[in-house]
Amino acid sequence: MIPLNWFLALSAVLFVLGVVAFFVKRDLITMFLAVEVMLNAANLAFLTFAKKQGLLAGQVIVFFVITVAAAEAAIGLAIILLVFRRRKTIRAEGADEMKG
Amino acid sequence: MAEMARLFWLIPLIPAASFLILLVFGRKLPKTWISLQACLSVLASFVLSLASFGELLKTAPSSLPLVKTLFSWISAGRFSADLSFHFDPLTAVMTLVVTGVGFLIHAYSVGYMARDRSYARYFALLNLFTFAMLLLVMASNMVLLFVGWEGVGLCSYLLISFWFEKPAAAAAGQKAFLVNRIGDAGFLMGLLFLFLFVGSTEFRAIDQAALGGGLSQGAATLVCLLLFIGACGKSAQIPLYVWLPDAMEGPTPVSALIHAATMVTAGVYMVSRMHSLYSLSPAALQVVAVVGAVTAVYAATMALVQNDIKRVLAYSTISQLGFMFIGCGVGAYAAGMFHLTTHAFFKSLLFLAAGSVLHALSGEQDLRKMGGLRRYLPWTYSTFLIGAMAIAGVPFLSGFFSKDAILSRAFAAGQTLVWAAGLLAAVLTAFYMFRLVLLTFHGRERLETEAKKHLHESPPVMTLPLALLALFSLAAGALGLPAVLGPHLDRFFRFLAPVFPVAQEGPVSPGTEWALILASVAAALAGIGAALLFYGREPKIPAWLVHRFPRLYKALLNKYYVDEFYGLVIVNPLLRGSEAVYRHFDLKIIDGGVNGAGRLATLAGKALNSLQTGRLKDYALGLLAGLVLILGALLL
Repeated sequence: MIPLNWFLALSAVLFVLGVVAFFVKRDLITMFLAVEVMLNAANLAFLTFAKKQGLLAGQVIVFFVITVAAAEAAIGLAIILLVFRRRKTIRAEGADEMKG
Repeated sequence: MAEMARLFWLIPLIPAASFLILLVFGRKLPKTWISLQACLSVLASFVLSLASFGELLKTAPSSLPLVKTLFSWISAGRFSADLSFHFDPLTAVMTLVVTGVGFLIHAYSVGYMARDRSYARYFALLNLFTFAMLLLVMASNMVLLFVGWEGVGLCSYLLISFWFEKPAAAAAGQKAFLVNRIGDAGFLMGLLFLFLFVGSTEFRAIDQAALGGGLSQGAATLVCLLLFIGACGKSAQIPLYVWLPDAMEGPTPVSALIHAATMVTAGVYMVSRMHSLYSLSPAALQVVAVVGAVTAVYAATMALVQNDIKRVLAYSTISQLGFMFIGCGVGAYAAGMFHLTTHAFFKSLLFLAAGSVLHALSGEQDLRKMGGLRRYLPWTYSTFLIGAMAIAGVPFLSGFFSKDAILSRAFAAGQTLVWAAGLLAAVLTAFYMFRLVLLTFHGRERLETEAKKHLHESPPVMTLPLALLALFSLAAGALGLPAVLGPHLDRFFRFLAPVFPVAQEGPVSPGTEWALILASVAAALAGIGAALLFYGREPKIPAWLVHRFPRLYKALLNKYYVDEFYGLVIVNPLLRGSEAVYRHFDLKIIDGGVNGAGRLATLAGKALNSLQTGRLKDYALGLLAGLVLILGALLL
């Protein structure tokens, strides 16, 4: 049996990869995927702890996260589509019209 | 009639209702409707007053006053005040004067104000004034009286500055209001002390406390003097008289109603109403008598040289009010009220007749541009002459008897100096009144050509009130004849006996009384004779006197420089002080604080503004930093 700490390590690696990808990549779709990676890293961590503690709550939260991720995908993709229509590009830099 | 008399509490409410209607619908109503409603409401009050007066004659003195409590108005701890009206002989006299003279002046105003733009506003205010004045005289406690007191002050302000486009009128209104505030401050303090000492402001309770010995002499003196400050403000006595001459900027019927017949007598009424308290304090009475006597002479001297027809009458009013206070001060309250009544007739007559002259001359008020008007304005002339004779004290006219009643009571009370001052004021009064008559109606015409073109006698709606008032001025003296003419001819005084016990008025032997009457006659004739000599036969004398005493003449013409003195000593320092406070405290500390708070918020906003870059990655970085911080904190 694989030790549970390895799952946590994998989760940490996935999360860091997501963060790095979010900051390094320029187009919105890839950044969006990076966010999904981070969410799934979090899911993995939740599941690991659920297993470790023998509690169901962690598994339930994962379902919530998956639901949120689905909703986020719907809204996020719609936003990206609109950004593309407006700017003819999905690059993130230069999109700072919301500056205060 | 008896049923009607129970409704005496409606007397003030009828003009109030009329005021409300005019206030709301005044702009839309036709002029005829406005005139009819305003006049008829006052007439209704007058009829009701007459009915109540008739009822009063039949009521036994022991059941006086009639009181009608509408509801409990204020109730706070020990303090309580009802909205309640009362009716006794003193109130009856005042309501009859206010509604009777008031009705005639309302009617006169229909003609006088016919072409004014703000017709409805004028009559609304006139009705409001009538309501407030009736409230003042019918209130059964000092608190409600104070409401009426302030109400008439407000109306006075609004009507003096009725033509508010004119800067002088607006300034005069403000002056009247501010000077009255000084008096009212004293009045309010008197009211508070009165409540402190008596525990109630109901007149019956005050009378009981005063007569029952529940009040020390010092307490009574304090309260009386403070209240008298209020009376000085409202009734234009030294040192608070300065507003009344300026108040002549208002429409002339307003001067007649408010600044001659009714409102300015409120102080006299108040002192008479509190007579049981004043009688406790000889010191306060002495102050009242002296202030009255000094004012009577002082104001009369200023009236001698004024060139504005209305201002002469204004100073004359101040002087006559001084007479009334002499009456109160020597304990002859009934005589003071008698003079108040006759004065209401002849002074409103004089003002209305003067208004008729202004009407005829397209608003000219300067005596130097009149003269010889008796040919053109026969009605105005004859009524004005009757008024002048009455106020001058020509025998058998009303003013003669009322003035003589005051002077003889003053003499009987041993106040010889006060009596002498009153006699001197009577001489001056006769002189300046006949100067006014001669300069206005006799002699050479000094009219401006423009004014002469429109010269016309006033319409009947104006001359009829004049005629009626002239009739009263002639005959009202018969109400209170001196004792030497017959034993039961002093009806006015006997009517007031339930309020003012007759014993207060000291007895004089018939011989002395005849001598006093002769002195009064001599005073009147001397004044009139001098005026005839100066302005009829030998017009060189006034010019010579002016040449001979230039300083005195200038001082009189400039009203003894009192306005300038007040300006220098009170108004200017106050203005300067206020300006200093404004510059240093308001602008720097208060405004600085407020602006500083705003500026702080702006600066904070600007500083935080730079955080909102609009770039997605910056925000993400912020989130990450937050995460790292929280995690770090948890781990450490």
